[in-house]
This record gives sequence, structure tokens and C-alpha cells, in this order.
Amino acid sequence: MIPEIGHFALILALSVAIVQGVFPLWGTFTGKSNWISMVKPAAYGQLFFMVISFACLVYAFVTNDFSVKYVANNSNTQMPTVFRVSAVWGAHEGSLLLWAMVLSGWGAAVAFFSKGIPPIMLARVLSIMGLVAVGFMLFVIVTSNPFERLLRIPLEGRQLNPLLQDFGLAIHPPMLYMGYVGLSVAYSFAMAAMIGGKLDASWVRWARPWTNIAWVFLTFGIALGSWWAYYELGWGGWWFWDPVENASLMPWIVGTALIHSLAVTEKRATFKRWTLLLSILGFSLSLLGTFLVRSGVLTSVHSFASDPERGLFILIFLLVVIGSSLLLFSFRAHKIRSVGSFSLVSRESGLLVNNVILLVMTATVLLGTLYPLIIDALGAGKISVGPPYFNAVIVPLAVVLFMVMGLGFHLRWKSDSLSRVLGRVWMPLAASLVIAFVLPLILAEDFKIKTVLGLFIGSWVTLAALMWVVSLGRSPFKLPLASWGSVIAHIGMAMTAIGVTVVSLYDTEKDVRLEIGQSYEMAGYKFAFQSFEKVKVDNFIASRSTMEITQNGKHITTIHPEKRDYGRDAMPMTEAGIDAGFTRDLFVALGEPLGKNAWSFRIYHKPFVRWIWLGGILMGLGGLLAALDKRYRRMRKIAPEVITQKDDGTATSPRPVVENAA
Amino acid sequence: MKVKFLIPLVAFMALVGLMLFGLSNDPKLIPSPFVGKPAPQFSLPRLNNPDETISVNDMKGKVWILNLWASWCVSCRAEHAVLSKLIAEEKIPTIGLNYKDYGTEDYGDDAKKWLATLGNPYYAVAVDTKGMAGIDWGVVGVPETFVMDKKGIVRYKFTGPVYQKAVDETLIPLIKKLREEAL
Repeated sequence: MIPEIGHFALILALSVAIVQGVFPLWGTFTGKSNWISMVKPAAYGQLFFMVISFACLVYAFVTNDFSVKYVANNSNTQMPTVFRVSAVWGAHEGSLLLWAMVLSGWGAAVAFFSKGIPPIMLARVLSIMGLVAVGFMLFVIVTSNPFERLLRIPLEGRQLNPLLQDFGLAIHPPMLYMGYVGLSVAYSFAMAAMIGGKLDASWVRWARPWTNIAWVFLTFGIALGSWWAYYELGWGGWWFWDPVENASLMPWIVGTALIHSLAVTEKRATFKRWTLLLSILGFSLSLLGTFLVRSGVLTSVHSFASDPERGLFILIFLLVVIGSSLLLFSFRAHKIRSVGSFSLVSRESGLLVNNVILLVMTATVLLGTLYPLIIDALGAGKISVGPPYFNAVIVPLAVVLFMVMGLGFHLRWKSDSLSRVLGRVWMPLAASLVIAFVLPLILAEDFKIKTVLGLFIGSWVTLAALMWVVSLGRSPFKLPLASWGSVIAHIGMAMTAIGVTVVSLYDTEKDVRLEIGQSYEMAGYKFAFQSFEKVKVDNFIASRSTMEITQNGKHITTIHPEKRDYGRDAMPMTEAGIDAGFTRDLFVALGEPLGKNAWSFRIYHKPFVRWIWLGGILMGLGGLLAALDKRYRRMRKIAPEVITQKDDGTATSPRPVVENAA
Repeated sequence: MKVKFLIPLVAFMALVGLMLFGLSNDPKLIPSPFVGKPAPQFSLPRLNNPDETISVNDMKGKVWILNLWASWCVSCRAEHAVLSKLIAEEKIPTIGLNYKDYGTEDYGDDAKKWLATLGNPYYAVAVDTKGMAGIDWGVVGVPETFVMDKKGIVRYKFTGPVYQKAVDETLIPLIKKLREEAL
């Protein structure tokens, strides 16, 4: 009964979404105000039914209702409750349902925080979101219904892929979806602006915090995914340039470009068409990601569930959504004009370079991801594109990006002089050069120019950002949250860059064969294999080893690398023993039994690997602070007049757009 | 409306065309450059009697299968039942190429134990300790299954564990067809 209620609620949500997508939009053209005002209750109603539907599916999982096919395929009674809940989005059907619910959630959130938005604008934004929801809900109902029943009810369900029975992965997809789907808000705002044929500063102000929040979720989602891959896959890697990872990276890069482009459009009323195009592009890439993951067009370690028929549905959906938006763009773009002009040395130019580099990066990743498909389509055989390509192309671009990043803090809007900027940045520039050359000389055994480069860009961005705070000459506690957010996010970026550099250049790994009682030394640490046991935990049997790590005879920690056997023909999982530290991780993965009390171990010393994710956390935190800046909350009070603002180091000229003093 | 604003739309349409092509394609299908060429030679010790060797020449005049497996390979375990049934029903001589099972002495007699537990469907098992024969055969991963015709030409390659549907729809019809071909 409960699954039927879920199914029915889903259909009701679809009906509400259709109403929300059609009538308010229609009302904005015919001027029917009661149709326009329908949009908010519709958005809430849609979320209401989606939550009921999703809750029913969760209930089916928690109560082990194996008469539901999706439950029987992905869950069993042996699994701990937390993973039975996360199994809801462990496979195709449920993850799409989650996606649709998240979309409804974003719509309801926009409706809830919509006080400053004119009714017509709001009606258009939410209608567009409603139409997107219609597509997704139809997809779920027609091709991937999670509530489908089985005629022959099994006594026990199958198994969720053991790789996914992990806390990190339980929260990774919802985070990522929040980000993916969050980009639909910026997209809907852009579509609404193009329908209205006008894009002003207030529009950008509504779109900015939403885009920031979506980007924050995307950042956390990607960082979580990377962290999960690191500790769960057992080979100590943190990024594989896998098509599915690329699918999440591309919207993130475009989202980053969009955040910066929105800033320019708000402050200087320029880059307008560009901003619109980026809004469309960001969400399009989210959809493309779904297509790539769900259709089986490309092989990937993530191809947990793929089906060409579903692929065709998504492709048609993609065609309708992206095709119609780009068509609208081609008709309306000429109406939307940028008014500001700027000189070669200016913050606008800096951000233009930022946008161009980010877009080139996106194109590069897209090309690398789709290249096997292109080659195949040309009949030139099957190939796969691996990390060497991506690293070779992305790294130089990133270096240039970081150089501009540090400079950008100190550039003024509209026009600036090179000598003034150089006068401000020479100190951080010199300091970071010193750091970059001296640190490796003292600390590293061998001097590598790549280390210098990585340390240089990292410390340059950090110091330039801090120098900017100092040069503002105000108490750091009186700075607006947005400035803090920006500084923290960029320092996070720098941290990630340093982490990536150091761990790629200096990590050591070794396969060793150890008998109980033997030990192995690496990077000054002694790894002693002490004992071995087999333990039954929840739904798996763990082959657990105990290893003591000492440094110069001093006890550091004891870790338990293990292999988990989930039975039922599932691949054994490696659960690495990790001793995490700020400046290094010690990572030991248990390999195969070699007989006579001996096991193979893979031991890694990974310096600064944590910095990669700590940087991600800082980036997300920065984005969050920026979104919470009070000027976004104040916007409902603004009057359309030009306010001159005191110089906060970023603005000098009277501006054509409305600005609140922080 | 200006033409330049149509550029994104046109670029997107090209992408859609590409993906439409991708949908009708199976990315897991990796064609072997060896299909249509004579089977690469090997002469390797037999698992149960290392003094004797088995070579490709021994299979001349017969339609036969080469199946690459190893005791450490989980997918091989998965395909074993399906493969055994195929071999028994079609009575097709099959050489099991035991791939890199004996690289380290610590592995002991894992391959023999594996066959003792799961059953030995093979006509002969060739031991490829260093994986040199694997290289000659262009092996991408274990398991892999090759079908040779009476002239010793590689006619088909299956990557990954064989499953019942592939056996029924591809392998058995192919074997029947090859058997009808003249020597």
C-alpha cells in the first residue's frame, strides 16, 4: 500500500508541476494576475507531494519491503539501517527520485525567499523550474519507476554495491545533486530574464546568492567524492579523470566562471550576454552529466546502472531544455546590451581572463571526456583518454589562472594603471617567490621546479588575498561577509593547489610482503605487522590486520587495514588503514594472502594530501559566507537610484547600477 | 537576431548528434586486432603435467576456444559455470590459458585447487607464468575468450566474463557456423 501512495504522490507532484510550468507563465503574457499568483502555492505543493513520495520509498527500504523491485535489487535485511536509507539513492531509480525532490526543494526555497522579486519575474522563474521538474518526473514515472512491484516476492533482497555502503558515499550524491540542481535556479533566472528581454542589476542580485549556494554544494559534493575515492577504493588516488568525475567537474568550473561573471554584471552592468550564456551552460552541463552517467554512452567506474533506452529519453529531454534555451538566447541576446566599458588594465579584464581560462578548461575536459565517442563516431577505432592528457592540458591553464587570481584582488574596476597594481603586489609576489624557492631547498631531498611552481602559485594567491585585506585599511571584523568569503575561498583554492602539487610529486608507495612480526620502513616511519584476525561485522566478514606505526621508536598509531567480504559474488572491498595528519597521511591497504602468515601490503606516504580537501572545505565555506552577505538580504529595500559609495578598494567611479554600502 | 548568437545552438546540435551515435554503441566492445588473423603461437607447459607442453598447433583442424583465466580473478569465478556448460554441451575443445598465477611461489597450488573445487572443463590448461603468451594475444584483462576456426584463424574475441545470453546469442551460433565451414 505504502509504495502505491508513493507512486500516486509522484504522479500528483507531476500534475502540480505541469500546472506550475504552464499557467503562471501564460499568465505573465496575458496579464492574468490570479494565474501569476498561483505559482507559489504550486511550488510548495510540488515539494509536498515529492517529499511524501520520497518518504514512501525510504519507508519501503527501512521496512525491507522486497515486493518492491527496486528495494529487492538494492537492499537486504543484513545491511545496517543507515545504508538501507542511503541505498534509496544507491541506484538509478531512487537517485532520480532524489534529484526530482531536490529540484522541488530548490523551487520551494526560491518561492519562500522571494519577497524582493517582482511577481511576474517570480512566476517566470518558478514556471521554468516547474517545466524542468515535469521532464524529470516524467522520466522517473515512464522509464525508471522505483515503486514497481514484483509478482514473486523474494525472501531476501540483493545487495547494494559494497563500494556504496559507506558513510562518505551516503552523503556524497545528495550533496552533488543539491549542486547540480541548484544550478537550475540561475538557469531559470536567466531564462526568465530573456523572456522578459531585460537584465538589470536587481536580477543579478537575486541570482547571485542562489548561484553561490549551488556552487557550495557542488564544491562539497566533489570534495566528498574525491575523499571517498581516496579512502574507499584502496589505491590512495583522489582524482581519476573518470567521465563521471568530469561530469561533476564541468558544471563546477562553469559555476565558478558564472559566480565571477555575475559579479561583473552586477557591479559594472557589463558581460550581460556572457552571464546569461554561462547560466544556461552551467545547468546544461549538469544535465549532460546526468546523461553521461545514466545512459552508458561512456564506460566509467561509476557505471552502476546504465540503459540505452533511458539514455534516449534523457537525450530528448536535453535537446528540449538546452535547445530551447539556446534558441531563446539566439533570439533575445541582441536585446540585452552591456553598458559599461573598461580598459585593458582593470578588474573587468582580469575577470575576463578568468572566465576565458575557466571556459577553456571546461572545453578541454569536455573534449577529453567525449573524445572516445568522437573517435568512435568517425570510425577510427576505440580509444580511451587518460590522466596524462588532462594533467598536461589543465595544469598550465591552472598556473595562468592562479597568477591572474592573485592579481585580480588588487585590480580596480573600469581602469587601473599597471604601475599602481605592481606597487601593491610586489611584496606578496616577492615573498611567495622566496617561499617557493627556499622551502623545497630546506625540506625536500631533491629540488624540483614543479614544486617551486606549485608552492609559488599557492603562496602567491594566499598572500595577495591577505595583502588585499590589509590594504583595505579597515578592521577585518568590519569587512562585509562577501569579502571574507572571497578571501577564504581563494585561500582554499591555493591550499588545494599546494596539496595537489606536493602529493603528486612526493608521495611514495611500495608493495611489500610481510609476515606477522615483520616490519617495513618508509619515509622515517616503521610499519610493523602485528596480528591478523577474521571478524564478522554487520553484513560482511572482515580480514583485519593490525599494524603499529612507529617513528624513531616512538609509537605513532595503530591502524587496521582490512579486506571486507560481502559474500554473494561481490568483489572484496579494501578498507585502508589511514593515519591522517595535517602534513602527511600514512595509508596502508591490505592486499592478498600470500600463505604462511604472510600478506601483501601496499604502503603509502602521502604528504599534504589532506590539503586537497581542506582547501575544498575552505572554498565551500567562503562561498557560503559570500552568499550570506547582508546586502543580498537588504535588497528588498533598495530604491532604483544611484548611490555613490565610499571607496572599499574595489570601486572608484560612480556606477551605473545600484549598490548598497555594506 | 544575429547569426553569431546562433553559434551556441549549432554547437549543441552537433553534440546531440554525437551522443545519438553514442547511444547506439556499446563502449565495452573492444575489437581485437587479432580477429581475422592466425592465432598467435605459444607452446606452454601443461598445468597437471609440467613436463608436457600444449601448443596452438595441437588444435589444428578443429574449431576451438582459448579461455584466459586465473585463480586470483574474481570474474573468472563468475563465468566458470556458464563456460563449463558451454564446453560440455557443445563438446568444444577449450584451452585454458592460466595467466600469471605462478609469478610468485607464495601462490602455491592455487590454480590446481581452483579447478579441483570448481571443476575442470578444459581440454588442457596451459601455464603462462610471466604473461608472455598473454602479450602475444593482446590481452586487455582477464577473463577473455577467443574462438578459432578450423584453419586456426581467430574469429571472435569476448572481453570479460561470458554470460548466458552472449553464449546463446553469439557464441553457439558462431561455433555452429564455423563447424560447417570447410577446412
